[in-house]
Amino acid sequence: MPLLYTQNLRREFGGVIAVADVDIEIFKDSITGLIGPNGAGKTTLFNTITGLDFPTSGHVFFKGEDITELPAYKITRSGIARTFQNIRLFKDMTVFENVMIGRHFRGNNPKIVKNKFLNFILGRIYVKKEEKDIYENSIKWLNFFNLLDMRDEYAKNLPYGKQRELEIARALATEPEILFLDEPAAGMNPQETDSLMKTIKRIRDLGITVVLIEHDMKLVMNICDKIIVLNYGKKIAEGTPSQVQNNKDVIEAYLGKTDD
Amino acid sequence: MLNFILLIFIYIGIYAIAAMGLNLIVGYTGLLSLCQAGFLAIGAYTTAVLMTTFHMGFWESMIISGFIASLFGILIGIPTLRLKGDYLAIATLGFGEIVRNVILNWDSVTKGPMGINGIPGPSIFGTTLSSMDKPAWIVIIWIFVAATYYFIRRIIRSRVGRALEAIREDEIAASSMGINTAKYKIGAFTTGAFLAGIAGSLFAAFNQSVAPLTFDFMMSIMILCMAVLGGLGNSFATIVGAVIIVLASELPRLMGISHIIPPQLNQILFGLILVLMMIYRPQGIIGRIKLNYAKIVKEEISDLEK
Repeated sequence: MPLLYTQNLRREFGGVIAVADVDIEIFKDSITGLIGPNGAGKTTLFNTITGLDFPTSGHVFFKGEDITELPAYKITRSGIARTFQNIRLFKDMTVFENVMIGRHFRGNNPKIVKNKFLNFILGRIYVKKEEKDIYENSIKWLNFFNLLDMRDEYAKNLPYGKQRELEIARALATEPEILFLDEPAAGMNPQETDSLMKTIKRIRDLGITVVLIEHDMKLVMNICDKIIVLNYGKKIAEGTPSQVQNNKDVIEAYLGKTDD
Repeated sequence: MLNFILLIFIYIGIYAIAAMGLNLIVGYTGLLSLCQAGFLAIGAYTTAVLMTTFHMGFWESMIISGFIASLFGILIGIPTLRLKGDYLAIATLGFGEIVRNVILNWDSVTKGPMGINGIPGPSIFGTTLSSMDKPAWIVIIWIFVAATYYFIRRIIRSRVGRALEAIREDEIAASSMGINTAKYKIGAFTTGAFLAGIAGSLFAAFNQSVAPLTFDFMMSIMILCMAVLGGLGNSFATIVGAVIIVLASELPRLMGISHIIPPQLNQILFGLILVLMMIYRPQGIIGRIKLNYAKIVKEEISDLEK
């Protein structure tokens, strides 16, 4: 069974059908690419899955459970993290704080003690233990991205590529099972893109399933196990990179139809 | 004259408590609220009614007032789930006016426009304070100011404060980091309202009377000015803001020229202060203090290692 799948997912904005009855399946430990021309509905599909937008009809299932109606924070807590196309860091917070926020909800007070009075006394220690967990895990994720020496820098002062990495680090701090990346390579130079490709593979090797929207075909074709192509909100093709590259509909969607 | 200066510092204290509460909502959480006077009115009238009609003591009335005000904080907090920025400000403005109008017209409980007079003073160590015992009042009220400052400091330096900051920075990103933004926003409103309720309660007990016209829109604006003038997101700055605003509004009386200068001049003065601030120092006189949570947490957990 796929880790995450959608059933006839549909999102309409007035008369515009941004996502038209799309079924996608994401399998565990895979890297899935979501491509398509501008305005194909890729980001809308991401938003409806991650709870930032609600579908007009259809369902999203994650680990066998229907998560369609859940608010964004509950979806994140269930194990789905995401980044944004236009980087949404907490700009006036430090690099370290950004990652700490990612881990904010983890390790909620273990209510071992039923007695309220004891809980009150022990509460301080629990709070400290949780803070310690947040602190140490934040260091772990900053290390993963080599961002530790910039920990006290404000997020807005980082170079663009580092900001993208920080956003991924922050998303990973929520300990997701599945990570949605919305155009992670946008605005990156070729060296940065290469290092991003390695990073995405490292993330997959941690046992985290990755789904990404990307326009950089080199990146998509190189690292994706499966590619899903959207056009005008409809899924027009899916398969391995080579299958998709040779698909007639895909070529048509990107290059247009020949008039003969 | 000394009496008058003492009086000013009592008012500064009362306003500072309410303004620090508002600072939690506006400065730390980033929700523009214009109904702090409404919460103050609820606190003041709850105390007045409990002490005159039900003959309760001041201290228990004050606690109840705080909780009633925070109940209304939840009530107004719920629309904040949907509203943002200007629209939220208008909704809270409406709420403040509703409170004032209900108080003005609910004769059987609030005695309408006449207000409630003859509120007994609080008893402390067996003596009952009246409005005349100003030094004692100053001590009591500034103890509350200090307690409020410490209370907010504790919230802000904790994990909750971190979440509030994230919500102010980017609410969508915060919610996609697993933060229940609704819970924190309502929490901020409720806490801010609680503090305003306490301030209102002190206000009623000190003046020994309450009247609906006191808690008008201008009062909400005045409290907002205190927070903005000192610097949003900084409790100490809010107290400084309260000192400046109250002094400025009492300046004509302080200088003994109130018979020459009409009281309406206050509002001109406020406006002037705000415009000048916005031009020359938009972050406030002292400005926001950015906490370094990594450092705070590191200090906090340093004694865990055994």
